[in-house]
Amino acid sequence: MSKIKSAFKNGKAFIPFITCGDPDLETTAATIRAMVENGADLIELGIPFSDPTAEGPVIQRADFRALNRGITTDKVFELVRDIRKDVRIPLVFMTYANVVFSYGAERFFSTCRDIEIDGVILPDLPFEEKEEFLTVSREYGVDLISFIAPTSENRIAMIAKEAEGFIYVVSSLGVTGVRNEIKTDLSSIVKVIRENTDVPCAIGFGVSTPQQAKTMADISDGVIVGSAIVKLMEQHGNESPHYVGEYVKTMKEALR
Amino acid sequence: MTNRNGRFGIHGGQYIPETLMNAINELEEAYNRYKNDAEFNRELTELLDEYAGRPSRLYYAEKMTKDLGGAKIYLKREDLNHTGSHKINNVLGQALLAKKMGKTRLIAETGAGQHGVATATAAALMGMECVVFMGEEDTIRQALNVYRMRLLGATVVPVKSGTATLKDAVSEAMREWTSRVADTHYCLGSVMGPHPFPTIVRDFQAVISKEIKEQIMKKEGRLPDAVLACVGGGSNAIGSFYHFIGDKGVRLIGCEAAGRGIDTFETAATISTGKPGIFHGMKSYFCQDKYGQIAPVYSISAGLDYPGVGPEHAYLHDMGRAEYVAVTDDEAVDAFEYLSKTEGIIPAIESSHAVAHAIKIAPKMDKEQMIVVTISGRGDKDCAAIARYRGEDIHE
Repeated sequence: MSKIKSAFKNGKAFIPFITCGDPDLETTAATIRAMVENGADLIELGIPFSDPTAEGPVIQRADFRALNRGITTDKVFELVRDIRKDVRIPLVFMTYANVVFSYGAERFFSTCRDIEIDGVILPDLPFEEKEEFLTVSREYGVDLISFIAPTSENRIAMIAKEAEGFIYVVSSLGVTGVRNEIKTDLSSIVKVIRENTDVPCAIGFGVSTPQQAKTMADISDGVIVGSAIVKLMEQHGNESPHYVGEYVKTMKEALR
Repeated sequence: MTNRNGRFGIHGGQYIPETLMNAINELEEAYNRYKNDAEFNRELTELLDEYAGRPSRLYYAEKMTKDLGGAKIYLKREDLNHTGSHKINNVLGQALLAKKMGKTRLIAETGAGQHGVATATAAALMGMECVVFMGEEDTIRQALNVYRMRLLGATVVPVKSGTATLKDAVSEAMREWTSRVADTHYCLGSVMGPHPFPTIVRDFQAVISKEIKEQIMKKEGRLPDAVLACVGGGSNAIGSFYHFIGDKGVRLIGCEAAGRGIDTFETAATISTGKPGIFHGMKSYFCQDKYGQIAPVYSISAGLDYPGVGPEHAYLHDMGRAEYVAVTDDEAVDAFEYLSKTEGIIPAIESSHAVAHAIKIAPKMDKEQMIVVTISGRGDKDCAAIARYRGEDIHE
């Protein structure tokens, strides 16, 4: 059993995302610990990319700030190595295909295994292109997370059948970012997923309030929140661990 | 030359969010259905001939030839097309295809503004809504084209993210497409992005080399020794090369923008300075740092100011079938002025990169040899910027 599954054993999973190195690595480490203390079940760690085409303005700005401060893939690896001394929950990286490709897939995934990264999410790597990375990630026991989108339709079964770790269900069309309303018929999508796999599915994109989280969790196994947290980091800078911790607590409570 | 999932050797592919996969598959199916459809091709040929003014002339540049004293130089006059560049060839094809697919809205990225203007034009002609994404930096460099697009009824969205140039305009157009796929076709302007775009755009631009071949056979009775074209994403270049790829005796030379020089950071010469990567839906060569962060590239030419190159060019480079050379800002500006004074033809600053390389190689070639230089667009749009480059403070 992949370690990621354990994130879904504690009721509905709350999965926060943060961009590593925004505003700095010390704050990232402290924020990760605050999220763990307040009930995060799995954390998505963003390795910043210069041109994050699946992100809305909030996460784009965070990537930009982090890169401007000289954050690199190697520095993010060091951060994880450090927090792994006490953080036990599953951790996954979220980044773009070129970050992995340019580092060398072999070197990237072997480092992931060494620092106990459980999965990797690459939003620009669809089903048709995953083989190239999957052969390497499997070798090192790292799950390559699949996306299912509102437009996936006839592709849902195919993707679900080969999914590992968890399935990232995209709530709405467009890029990441806070939304007032989520209109997609997600329960029908989740129904097809369930018919094809036991891999848990978590819903992300646009979720920010406890009420939204509850609604999404009712029809899935967990909720992913990115932009709302990154926005808090943008507002509070070095003092973010406290505010993000409080936020995670509220969100996890809504899921209980 | 394309195989499964649109690979050109190791390059190409479909590195895009899941949200877009069905739209891309739908596009591929539609293209495969219409590309050999007699009615579609009749309509497209009529648009190209009657509306865009094809075939474009293959002009013997006699004064330039005599002045340089070497190979005979022909200019393929894509600058004479309606809207002033080769971009219209692809846009008419894609707009017609989008219309057949039932799409009512076109979105596009643009660098110099030529592709944006062409898309706005086709949208006006076909009664479609049009939104063009353009780096804020480029809206300043190419203010006249911004006005032209608005005049044609398009909405121009200045993109402020990243370096506020062409790559950011592409990113923003992709983001827009993920938020609205049902009624919208992304009219990509170059032979780049995810499959099937590099193939579709190449096929629509291949009319350039098809005509060159017919025209030169008629005028000279034989094929040219070399074909030169500028390369940003590479659409006019692949269009100029395509029907010569099998003719091994024809050198194919792509001219990249070296900016202030390939030994500086202010360059956009992807094949000369980049390495393999994955970005904007494709595997190809990209200017990037050792961690795969895309480099902020620079060229005086907004149309060549892009950190990647189309996957088929990457493949032609790997195979050694085409040569890619780097041309600096200074050389391109000299060529811009040279062609204006010598032949009375003001080339786009993009095309001036190919002219500059022709000026370098023609004198070293025999008088019996011939080269064809594609003038991808006209240079009216660049006059103010070049004047400023030369220290004359004029504004449009």
